Amino acid sequence: MKKSPLDHLLDWSGRILLTLILGFVLLPFIVVLIASFNDSAILSFPPKSWSLRWYANAIEYRDFGKGLVNSLKIAAIGATFAMIAGAGFAYVLNRYEFSLKTLLNSILMSPLIIPNFTIGLGLLILSTAASLPRSIWLVIGVHVIIVLPFVVRSVYVSLQNFERRYEQAAESLGAAPLRVLLTITLPLLVPGLVSGALFAVILSFNEFTASLFVVNQRTQTFPVAMYNYVREYADPTLAAVSVIYVIVVAALLLVVHKFFRLEKVLNVE
Amino acid sequence: MSNENSPSVPPNTPQHPAVQIDGVGKSFAGTVALEPVWLKIRQGEFLTLLGPSGCGKTTLLNLIAGFLEADSGELFINKDLVTQVPPHQREIGIVFQNYALFPHMTVAQNVGYGLRTRRVSKEETAERVREALALVKLEDFADRKPNQLSGGQQQRVALARALVIRPKVLLLDEPFSALDRNLRTAMQVELKEIQTRLGLTTVFVTHDQSEALSMSDRIAVMSRGQIRQIGSPTDIYDRPQNQFVSTFVGDANLFTATLVERSETTARLTIGETALQLEPYQTDLPDPGPVTLFARPEQCRLTQAGQPGTIPATVALTVYQGSYAEVHLDCAAADNRVMQRVPANEAPSRGTTVGIALPTQGPAIYSLNGEAQ
Repeated sequence: MKKSPLDHLLDWSGRILLTLILGFVLLPFIVVLIASFNDSAILSFPPKSWSLRWYANAIEYRDFGKGLVNSLKIAAIGATFAMIAGAGFAYVLNRYEFSLKTLLNSILMSPLIIPNFTIGLGLLILSTAASLPRSIWLVIGVHVIIVLPFVVRSVYVSLQNFERRYEQAAESLGAAPLRVLLTITLPLLVPGLVSGALFAVILSFNEFTASLFVVNQRTQTFPVAMYNYVREYADPTLAAVSVIYVIVVAALLLVVHKFFRLEKVLNVE
Repeated sequence: MSNENSPSVPPNTPQHPAVQIDGVGKSFAGTVALEPVWLKIRQGEFLTLLGPSGCGKTTLLNLIAGFLEADSGELFINKDLVTQVPPHQREIGIVFQNYALFPHMTVAQNVGYGLRTRRVSKEETAERVREALALVKLEDFADRKPNQLSGGQQQRVALARALVIRPKVLLLDEPFSALDRNLRTAMQVELKEIQTRLGLTTVFVTHDQSEALSMSDRIAVMSRGQIRQIGSPTDIYDRPQNQFVSTFVGDANLFTATLVERSETTARLTIGETALQLEPYQTDLPDPGPVTLFARPEQCRLTQAGQPGTIPATVALTVYQGSYAEVHLDCAAADNRVMQRVPANEAPSRGTTVGIALPTQGPAIYSLNGEAQ
C-alpha cells in the first residue's frame, strides 16, 4: 500500500518523539557520564579538561568500600529473608482460602503505601524504646519490610500462571506433597523466584531514605555513604561512582538474562 | 440409574470390580457437580464417561484420581477403600488433555518419574523406561525435552509415563482433543491396542460420541451431574433409554406424537394425521397422551408423498457429503428438522414433498417433557 504524505508525517514525527523521550530518560546518565571525566574539582559542566582521577578516588575512598560491603551484605541477607517469607506468603495466598486472606494481603502490600521514611522512623523509635543496638540487623529488618511486597507480588503472579496439572500428574505418579514441591513446583517457579530476588536485591541496594534513619557510622549503606560524601565534597567522585554503579547493574542484568531470559523473569512476555 | 447387568457386555473374569463407586457425590460452593453415583468398573474394562461439558464427567474422574474429596459415598479400587487415600498412594495412571509433561525434564526423566518416587533401582528404572518407550514407539526420543516433540509424541510420552508404574487403573482425560483428526484416529487405535494387550482397566472421559462408540466396552452417558444411561456402545446407540441419550449420541429424528394405546409389546399412536402401530424396545412406556417418538435416520425411509402410513414432509435443504447426501426436511410433526441420509444421486431437490416411513420395530417413545438437550 502506498503511503500518503500524512502517513509519512506521522511516521517521522513518531520517530522524533520516541527519540526525544528516550533522550530525556537517558539525559541524567549522559550528563553524569560526561561529568565523571571532568578534571576540575567542582561539578562544573561542560568539562574543560579531562581526567580519570575521580574514578581512582571513588575506588580508594574508604567509606565507599565499607558502605559497599554493608550494602551487599544487607541486600544479600535481606533478600534471602524476604524471598523465604515472601514466597511462603505468596504460596499461602495463592493456595489456601481463609477468612483473613484480604487482611493478610493488605498488610503485605502496605509498605507500598507507607513511605520509606516512615518505615525507617518507626523502626528507629521502636529500637530506641526497646534499647536495641543499632546493628546491621536493624537495617536488614527495614529492608526486608520494604522489599517484601515486591517479592510477594512477583512469586504470586508466577503461582497464578502455574499449571496445576503438573502437580497432579506428579501426585498420580506417587510423589508425596513435599516431593511434588521440591521436584516440580519449585523448579518450574524458578523464573518467578529469580524475578522476586532480583527486585529485592536491586531495591534494597538502592534504598536510601529509610536506611538514613537506622544506620550509624559503622553500618552505613552505600547510598548513605554517597550522601555523606556529597555533603562534604562537591567534586565529580560521585559521578564516577554512578557510572561504575550503572555498569555493574547492567552486567548483573545481562548475566540474569543469559541464564533466565529477562522477559520471562520480568513477566513481560 | 446404573444398569449393571447389561446383557451385551461380555462377562470378564472379575472376582471383584477394579473400581467400585458407591454413592460418590460432589458439590462446589452449593452447586451440585455430581449427584451421588453408583458404578462398578470391571477388571480390564474400557469404560467411557461421555457427556457435554459441565456434566460431571471430569469431576468423577478427579474423584477417582483423588484430586477432589467426595462429599458423600465411598470409593474402592481393587476392594481397597480409598475414599480418604491421597492421590499419590492410589497407584493410578493419568493422561491429561494437555499431557502435563514436566517441561524441565527429558522424556526419559518424565517416564521414570513414577519409578523414582517408588525407589525402584537405577538399573530397573532404566530398563522399564526403555520398555515403556518401546511400547509407544519412542525409543529414540529418550533425551529430548517435551517442547521438542510433536503433539502426538507428547501424548505417547504421557501414556508411557502413566503405564510405566503399572497402575491399577488408567484414567484418560480427553486425551485426543488436542490432536488433529488423522493423528487422533491413529492414536485411538494404538491406545486401544495397548489397553487390550495389557488388559488395563481404563476410565476415559470425553465429549466426543464417536470416540466413545469406537473405543469403549461400556459407556456411561452423563448430563447435569447424573449418569443417564450406562451400557455397551450398541445399547447406547440402538436402545437409548431417554431423549437426552438419543440426541447426544448419534443423530436423532424426533416427532411429536400422541400415544393412543399401549400393551406390553406394541403401542398405537398418531403423528399428525398418520396412525401407526409400533413395537418399541423399551420395557416401560409412558402413559397415553402426548409423547416424543424417536428414530435413527437410518431406520427411516423416504417415500413418495402421500403413501399410506408415512409422515408428510417437505425438503428444506440437501447437503452433499460425497458418498451420500443429507436431506433436511421440514415436517409439521417434528420440533426440529428431520434428517435423512440418501445416496448422493438420489437426493430430492428443495421443495419436493415426500413421505417419511418409520420402522415398526425399533423406535422409542419418551414422555413429552423428558427433557431437551
